[in-house]
Amino acid sequence: MSKKVSKPRSISRRRLLATAGAALAASPLGVDLLQAQQAPIRIGMSMPQTGGLAGGGKASLLGIEIWRDDVNAKGGLLGGRKVELVVYDDKSSAAETPAIYSKLIDVDKVDLLFAPYATVPTAPIMPMVKQRGLLLIGNFSFQVNSKIGHDMWFNNAPWGPPDSWAASFLDIGQKAGGKSMALLTADQEFAQNLAKTAREVAAKRSLPMLFDQTYPPNTVEFSSIIRALKATKPDIVYVASYPPDSAGILRAVNEIGVGDSVKVFGGGMVGLQFGAVMENMGSLLNGVVNYNSWLPEKSMYFEGTKEFFDKYTKRAVEAKVDPLGYYLAPFGYASGQLIEQAIKKVGSLDQKALAKYLRENTHNTIVGPIAFSPDGERKETAVLQAQFRGVVDKNMEQFRSSGKQVILFPENLKSGELVAPFEAARK
Amino acid sequence: MFSLDLLLDAVVIGVLLGCFYGAVSLGLSVSFGLLDVPHVAHPAFLVLASYAVYFLNENYAVDPLVAGILITPVFFLFGLATYRLYYETFEKRGSDAGVRGIAFFFGVAFIIEVLIILQFGVDQRSVTADYIGKALRLGDIRIPYRLLVAFAIATALTVLLTLYLSRTFMGRAIRAVAQDQEALRLMGTNPVKIKQWAFGIATAVLGIAGALLIIVAPVDPTLGRAYIGRTFCVVVMAGLGSMSGTLVAAIILGVAESIVLTMFGASWAPAISFAILLGILAVRPQGLFGRRP
Repeated sequence: MSKKVSKPRSISRRRLLATAGAALAASPLGVDLLQAQQAPIRIGMSMPQTGGLAGGGKASLLGIEIWRDDVNAKGGLLGGRKVELVVYDDKSSAAETPAIYSKLIDVDKVDLLFAPYATVPTAPIMPMVKQRGLLLIGNFSFQVNSKIGHDMWFNNAPWGPPDSWAASFLDIGQKAGGKSMALLTADQEFAQNLAKTAREVAAKRSLPMLFDQTYPPNTVEFSSIIRALKATKPDIVYVASYPPDSAGILRAVNEIGVGDSVKVFGGGMVGLQFGAVMENMGSLLNGVVNYNSWLPEKSMYFEGTKEFFDKYTKRAVEAKVDPLGYYLAPFGYASGQLIEQAIKKVGSLDQKALAKYLRENTHNTIVGPIAFSPDGERKETAVLQAQFRGVVDKNMEQFRSSGKQVILFPENLKSGELVAPFEAARK
Repeated sequence: MFSLDLLLDAVVIGVLLGCFYGAVSLGLSVSFGLLDVPHVAHPAFLVLASYAVYFLNENYAVDPLVAGILITPVFFLFGLATYRLYYETFEKRGSDAGVRGIAFFFGVAFIIEVLIILQFGVDQRSVTADYIGKALRLGDIRIPYRLLVAFAIATALTVLLTLYLSRTFMGRAIRAVAQDQEALRLMGTNPVKIKQWAFGIATAVLGIAGALLIIVAPVDPTLGRAYIGRTFCVVVMAGLGSMSGTLVAAIILGVAESIVLTMFGASWAPAISFAILLGILAVRPQGLFGRRP
């Protein structure tokens, strides 16, 4: 029978390392090191970084990146897992996104998905996301889930019910005495969706439609169209235009005029939300009532909003993106906040549980409280209708102060009254 | 809704708009019309010129038209270099036929587009000048000054180019190259040098045309794509190589577009323009002012 002789305890090199390792792990520094070794939570998305939607896409991505840095600085999620973004450029193209999202899901095996900015690149990924039962946080797309009916879709945009956008603008026009309307629309999906709801709302309210024209992409000169519109003498002019055209339309309006009958002009002009476009157009903007998502008016500041814009303003210069970043960037950050709150409450990355939590609760974000209806859009619209006032030429900084875009709608965020008619408001 | 006022207004605006189309197509009328170079990068060069004008206007407060004149010599040299590269890599080897020459210029166009994005970003850019954003009142008609500027510049450019091509030795040589390169070679002249010079002239014209582009409307890096169809349509409709024909064809296009926009609805405008082109080509395959081959 052999006898096991135990050696007297001496501190071997291996034991010394193990003890030191354990001590380090127990210390606060050690906790950090261990957490850093945990697998990150990977959020995958495509984002337009080139092509027509790049201006918005880059600003939106910066908003999401600021959230990522904030949440990681606070120690990450689920007991210290850092958040990592996996981002591909979709070149603003709907043809690119299905392949990118397949790669994100099957090759990169990301934990969660964010949608790209805008309607067109998002629409083709909806069937795939629904088929695979994945949670998708939408990014300013318009009505992409109306026909798909995916119950794990949550749009960060303030749109709300589809007709509320046109309804709020027509409300303002009718309150100002408008009894007829004109509709000028870009031949493009987003603008056509807006125009469709505008026609429906106008029909319900028995507002005569005196002018209803769709112009093709690449229209160079709008003088003839504005002249024809002016000849019909409408009271309310609803314009659903895209960025390259918005500038051309306002320039023609400034030169040709739209007539004294017009009480309100604008509504759905895309482009007038971006710093560079606003700076370029300058005083041409005065009087226009247009939609927006966030503006530097007192009523728009919630917990964390100011801190977010402090960070954004600094980083926008390096990133060469919209210096103001009002339209999309805070909503990118809010997308992160939505998912952050859901993960904290659910305590896991179970997508069904996260979706259930998002659907059933109201979430506080830097763009205000967000609650979702069953279709994944906002329960109530938070789309602003605001009137440009006292804007001067070639001055970006003016848009940082309140009063340059007075909020007329919604009621709870209102910061002033409409100046009408349009020609008077332009002066 | 028909009104004589509206029709008159549409015609006036259409003539001015047509002159603008003419100005941005004149360079192509030389490079494609006379030289047979499939210059699909023409609109990209045009946008590049607009950004150069924007740079001078924004940073040094130079008037856009003056800026357009200032960049003209630079664009002339740029044109010389581009043609030399095209000649050495494609034309000389006889591989320019068919799609390969077009592929070269598409490549150049994309490179220019990306370089503009890297330097200026993706946002729209515009310039400021006293004549932008104001209109001349003539009774009930209001005419934007920026379109009047386009009218004046287009007319001046057409006259200058027509005189240059008909009255100067180099101009005649360029026309000779267009008609019979081999005959020119037999007379001891190097057609490549003449073509290179002509391509330089065509690109130099774009300096001024680029200024007009950004005066008439804001530009973005991808705007060139919108002008490929329009400029080629004007040049083909005019009859390849006719300068005054280019202006007339552009005016026809502008007036048709303007009348359709005003009287019948904007969505019909592009279809009507190209229907006119097809109609003209059916009757006169050589274009309005082209010579029969």
